[in-house]
Amino acid sequence: MTHLLSIADLGREGIEEVLKVAEAFAEVERRPIPKVPTLRGRAVATLFFEESTRTRLSFETAAKRLSADVLSFSAGSSSVKKGESIRDTVETIEAMGMDALIVRHASAGVPAQVSRWVRRCKVVNGGDGWHEHPTQALLDCFTVRQSVGSIDGLRVLIVGDIRHSRVARSQVLAYDALGASVTLVAPGSLLPPSLEGWPVTVVDDLDAALPDADVVSLLRLQAERGSGAFVPSLREYTAHWGLTAQRAARLHPGAVVTHPGPMIRGVEIAGDVADLPQALVTRQVTNGVAVRMAVLFLLLGGAG
Amino acid sequence: MTLQMKSTVRRSGPRVLVLRGGEVVDADGRRRADVVVEDGVVTAVGTGVAVPPGATVLDAGGCVVAPGLVDLHAHLRQPGREEAETVETGAWAAALGGYSAVVAMPNTEPAIDSAAVATEVLALGRTAPVEVAVAGAITVGRAGERLAPMAELAALGVRIFTDDGAGVQDGALMRRAMDYARGLGVILAQHCEDARLAGGGSMHEGPWSSRLGLPGVPAAAEEAMVARDLVLARDSRCRLHLLHLSTAGSVALVRQAKLAGVAVTAEATPHHLALTDAACATFDPVFKVNPPLRSEADVTALRGAVGDGTVDVVATDHAPHAPEAKDVPFDEAPPGMLGLETALAVTMEAVGLERALAAMSWQPAAIAGLADRHGGPVAAGAAANLCVVDPQARWTVDPATLASRSRNTPFAGRTLTGRLRHTISRGVAVVIDGEAQR
Ligand SMILES: [Zn+2]
Repeated sequence: MTHLLSIADLGREGIEEVLKVAEAFAEVERRPIPKVPTLRGRAVATLFFEESTRTRLSFETAAKRLSADVLSFSAGSSSVKKGESIRDTVETIEAMGMDALIVRHASAGVPAQVSRWVRRCKVVNGGDGWHEHPTQALLDCFTVRQSVGSIDGLRVLIVGDIRHSRVARSQVLAYDALGASVTLVAPGSLLPPSLEGWPVTVVDDLDAALPDADVVSLLRLQAERGSGAFVPSLREYTAHWGLTAQRAARLHPGAVVTHPGPMIRGVEIAGDVADLPQALVTRQVTNGVAVRMAVLFLLLGGAG
Repeated sequence: MTLQMKSTVRRSGPRVLVLRGGEVVDADGRRRADVVVEDGVVTAVGTGVAVPPGATVLDAGGCVVAPGLVDLHAHLRQPGREEAETVETGAWAAALGGYSAVVAMPNTEPAIDSAAVATEVLALGRTAPVEVAVAGAITVGRAGERLAPMAELAALGVRIFTDDGAGVQDGALMRRAMDYARGLGVILAQHCEDARLAGGGSMHEGPWSSRLGLPGVPAAAEEAMVARDLVLARDSRCRLHLLHLSTAGSVALVRQAKLAGVAVTAEATPHHLALTDAACATFDPVFKVNPPLRSEADVTALRGAVGDGTVDVVATDHAPHAPEAKDVPFDEAPPGMLGLETALAVTMEAVGLERALAAMSWQPAAIAGLADRHGGPVAAGAAANLCVVDPQARWTVDPATLASRSRNTPFAGRTLTGRLRHTISRGVAVVIDGEAQR
């Protein structure tokens, strides 16, 4: 693996490999001292031009458990405020001897651009605009597989703001690669303008789709989308596309629910639904570290 | 007599030239002929013409000798963005592309919305290697609020008015601009884009934008304004020119309007005839342009429209940007691509040599009001504005060797067929064998 910019860089075999390695690292995490010397002497930088404390901490924890040195850079830091370009920032940080850059940016494509600017660093997409969030999709697959057994043949229902969701774009690619069938349900204004070429089925009625779903992937709805420009109100959204307790009761017993967080309880998911055993939200967070350890190991583990 | 006509170039290049062994292609057709140029005028065209004493003979064997190209749509960036281009560097890029005249777009800083700025740019053009005409803004500061002094600008010879970079959003204001322009005998040129429908998008809205998670500009953003302006032009009887059309729907609307007798001309760019939105998949901002690169079906429709004359003009929309301006996230990058030095080859590949020359020389010359000295048949007595093109020569685009001050060509590394060999501007060989005669 040269870089991890998109789930499409991995393909089925690549995804399977990440999940397999992540299982081994999940074991490490259960040890009294959850740390291995695998990446001792290597250096990993998190470049978060868009803040996300949970994702940054997950990557940094993963790097530290592999004994890598960690450098943390966030958008609030001085160079960006002084108007330094992303390219200059990247070149400066690489010159400090970094081996991998985890890049998050509010604009789609920045990790791909960064991958063309670096000389030898590996680049990991930590979430770019509405484009992709590959490690999130990998940890979702890992968590679902851990709980259900196999992804192959599962019916995955992705619900919500797919148009503006990097998570959904990565999930569709990952679940499809692993043999699941993917269905999308969302208000039309929150679907991507074109789904040509997407390996998905689109349905309009969440209630009709729920009983068949093995996995329900809920997406975050940003409050501003509910202000009338995309949906009339958050209340109307919840009434038609939220996973309320009544709807959750219609899931089949083996079904699971995922959410990339942070959740807005009472909008896309009812508070008591989020606390049900089928809701895998906390496990997703835990597994995020093992999956990111696997990604860093596969990118950096080979060469010394 | 306009300012442009008064301009004279005092260059030391040869004043007596013979273009020998080529095939002349112009609005009258194709024929084998040598062309003699003396003191800015074509003096003889034919086979076996006498070579005047002291003449410089330029080989045109295997080449096409045609009227010089006329670009209706070049952003020369001066005044205001001289780090990206100047009138001088842009005019050299034009000369190397086979142009003998360019129309400088008015979205400079400040905009060309007054006699003072127009005079400044025309003065800069007087020492340029090709003729530089200017377009004026429709509204003051291109802000879309009040009419610019079009009569004052028209008196300086400004023939085309546009707020290019943006469309005039207010339909009522556009209608009054048309009523005012009609009496001045000038042309309004619209950048057709409904800003609200475009919604700040940064590429064509379709399967690629949806996959890449980039905000899209729907075809409807262009087509809605095309439709609006066509009915306004029908009612006002003002001459309307639609800049850089990019969608199959726009082409269909223009075709229908022309059948109905609306006084409209239309334009497409070489890049919209050659590239699709798939180019954006690498997130390289060099492929960001406005209007955006569209779908394969749109490219096919545009090629057909140039072929059948629905689209009258291929113009570059040459839009230089300094490298650091494009080294930013795709959605933050300024739109625009270089065009002058690659336009002819790209257009020839898309629509063939004859259609390319018609759409890049005599048709735009007529629209720009330059037909008395550009684009006319290559015949004795015509102004000596000519280009000599080797239609078979293959070459690879190297951004580092472009004459433009900027490097943002979407054709970097691409091998093109058809290369400019010589350019004769006002009787002077400003480009010989692909080399600028600075
Ligand atoms: Zn424009």
